[in-house]
Amino acid sequence: MNKAEINDQVTSYRRFLWKAVRDATDGSAWFYAWMILLTALALVGLHAWAVQVRDGLAVTGISDHVSWGLYIANFTFMVGLAAGGVMMVIPAYLYHDREMHDLTIVGELLAIAAIVMSICFVVVDMGRPERFWHMFPLVGRFNWPVSMLTWDVLVLNGYLALNLHISGYLLYKRFLGERPSPKWYVPFVYLSIFWAISIHTVTAFLYSGLGGRPLWNTALLAPRFLVTAFIAGPAFIIVLLFILRRFGGVPVALRPVQILVNIVRVTLLINLLMVASELFTELYSGGSHTASGHYLFFGLHGANALVPWIWSAVAMGVISAVMFLRPDVVTKPIWLTVACALAFAGIWIEKGMGLIVPAFIPSTLHEIVEYFPSLMEWQITAGIWAWGMLILTVMLKIALPILRQPHPEPNHAVSRENASVEADLPPSLAHSQR
Amino acid sequence: MIETSEQTNAPEAGGMDRRTALKVLGATLGAAAFSQAIAPLTEWAENMSLDEYLQKHYRELSPVDLAMVMARMEKQTKEQTGVDVHIQDYRPQPGVKFGYALNLSVCVGCRRCAKACHIENNHDRPSGNSYIRVLEMEKGSLDLAKGRVNYDHPVPHPDKFYMPVQCQQCDKPPCVSVCPVEATWKESDGIVVVDYNWCIGCRYCEAACPYHARRFNWTKPQVPAAEINPDQGYLSNRLRPQGVMEKCTFCLHRSRQGKLPACLEACPTGARVFGNLLDPESEIRWVLKNKRVFVLKEDVGTQPSFFYFFDE
Repeated sequence: MNKAEINDQVTSYRRFLWKAVRDATDGSAWFYAWMILLTALALVGLHAWAVQVRDGLAVTGISDHVSWGLYIANFTFMVGLAAGGVMMVIPAYLYHDREMHDLTIVGELLAIAAIVMSICFVVVDMGRPERFWHMFPLVGRFNWPVSMLTWDVLVLNGYLALNLHISGYLLYKRFLGERPSPKWYVPFVYLSIFWAISIHTVTAFLYSGLGGRPLWNTALLAPRFLVTAFIAGPAFIIVLLFILRRFGGVPVALRPVQILVNIVRVTLLINLLMVASELFTELYSGGSHTASGHYLFFGLHGANALVPWIWSAVAMGVISAVMFLRPDVVTKPIWLTVACALAFAGIWIEKGMGLIVPAFIPSTLHEIVEYFPSLMEWQITAGIWAWGMLILTVMLKIALPILRQPHPEPNHAVSRENASVEADLPPSLAHSQR
Repeated sequence: MIETSEQTNAPEAGGMDRRTALKVLGATLGAAAFSQAIAPLTEWAENMSLDEYLQKHYRELSPVDLAMVMARMEKQTKEQTGVDVHIQDYRPQPGVKFGYALNLSVCVGCRRCAKACHIENNHDRPSGNSYIRVLEMEKGSLDLAKGRVNYDHPVPHPDKFYMPVQCQQCDKPPCVSVCPVEATWKESDGIVVVDYNWCIGCRYCEAACPYHARRFNWTKPQVPAAEINPDQGYLSNRLRPQGVMEKCTFCLHRSRQGKLPACLEACPTGARVFGNLLDPESEIRWVLKNKRVFVLKEDVGTQPSFFYFFDE
């Protein structure tokens, strides 16, 4: 490559970035309203976090008895959501499903946003966030391979880098109107599939490796994490595809949605089986090792703060499972959206408040101290969600116009046939970008 | 899509200018709101020096570095509280491994050990923190689930026995393995310590400990100037920063000088036995040999250096 070529490359990459900024900041009044709302929420969360850093974690409801709360609950859920994004990739690449190909980037962008959120949730949980450099190689001390948390740091950042590379490369190539070179992304796509499984397995090992916390100390935890990830991720993407079709004028074929519905249909049932197995083991054997399980589902010595949470989660799981099994529900976008929302919310409770918090109640010396998140914890949590949605919106805004350019690959003609779905929509919706 | 954007970009379109102006206005408002939102961070950063921020791990500090760090901390305490404290780096002695035994037959549950710990180790006053929790147990059972910490009546109650629990200084400490930054480790004399200036405050160790032995500084610990214990160890009872973990160190600033831990000295019944496990003539070795001792939660495989026994 000579100097002129390099200059060309730099110029076109600058144009790509400039177009990205323009695409991300232009839109309808609805778009601006949405972005302003998210920015406001994110700023409220940022302020609450700044106060928490100054005044200490005493502003939260967390204590020496329940030492992890809403933040780590959301962290766990977010890792699952990130891993779940890969469920768009597996059918597309492992089963060579062409129609899925064009939409895989939606899963990858969701993974990026979710990983960013999960990292934010860890940072806000830290007592000394400014000491993050203590983990860096050479200047810090990284307790690898003994500490599972160091594994998690590696796999989460690796997954973020992988997805940034894949989606960034594909978007840039399409912007140039060039055909992406498979050797620059296909190996990374296959790697990302295994990596998605690893991020959630390692996150489960964080908890299941602790012998002093019987509720977590189960081999079922990692498989359960994966199954719930493959509920929350696809459920979110189904709704996201509907939103993109409705407000982004994006042609979404029926088949990708059907594939995702089939995945959620199965994973919801497997998860219910796993919850039932855990419940049986807790209830049938008894003894003080099962006290946390009793506390979670039925309350213990009059303390029962989590009982409404977990039964709502179970109810949402059962109702959404039934809805997903009914053909008349999954073919109607409105009902399918409701089913997805129920499944998503159910998993959020089950994996967060229903898994992280009860392991601390009773404490290791069997004291019963309950946990109630403080207002500031809710503000920070909402702020991080808003920040994640902000990132996702901006990335999708950048990606969609580029993806809707004429496709250079001839064998993608099949997928353009499905663009007829777009024609079914009223023109105002199909071009609601402006 | 592309064409639309190119068109709006054309200079003759008056709407573009307005749009740009609105974007600039929005960005300005956003930046102002952002700086307001992070204002508490600026207040907080004012109290921290660059030296403190860049300080290396305890085990990487040279003796000269460490002396400077301790002098800085003494000066800081003087400025903030007006008290002259003396911080020292007590190192483990060769040929020593500390062990602790507690006679459950004579412990009366008075909680003076917990109080002595509170004072000796410069614990936060408002929360009444201590490294020791005393459980009131049902006779006839060692089930912790039947124990109570918040008993409030004259002791000893005839139907109960009492079991103080503190750090068990495990030989296989789960809290040490889980720490992502090696801010906590086991020293050669068996004491598990924390570098308060290296800990990032993730509290993974607190989740990993099966004995509820670790404590977090949820806020900057408050100790009235008149009550500050000025004899301080770098790895033990010096005033802790906000947002880091702490734990029982068998009072290493005392025990490494041949003194006894504060909890033992405070015990009115002589229930506590402390000493060198490597010395065959020590009292702790005599207890291990002649009493039937047990350790807490042996099934979790932590191998404590803290033993319990009964007389009768």
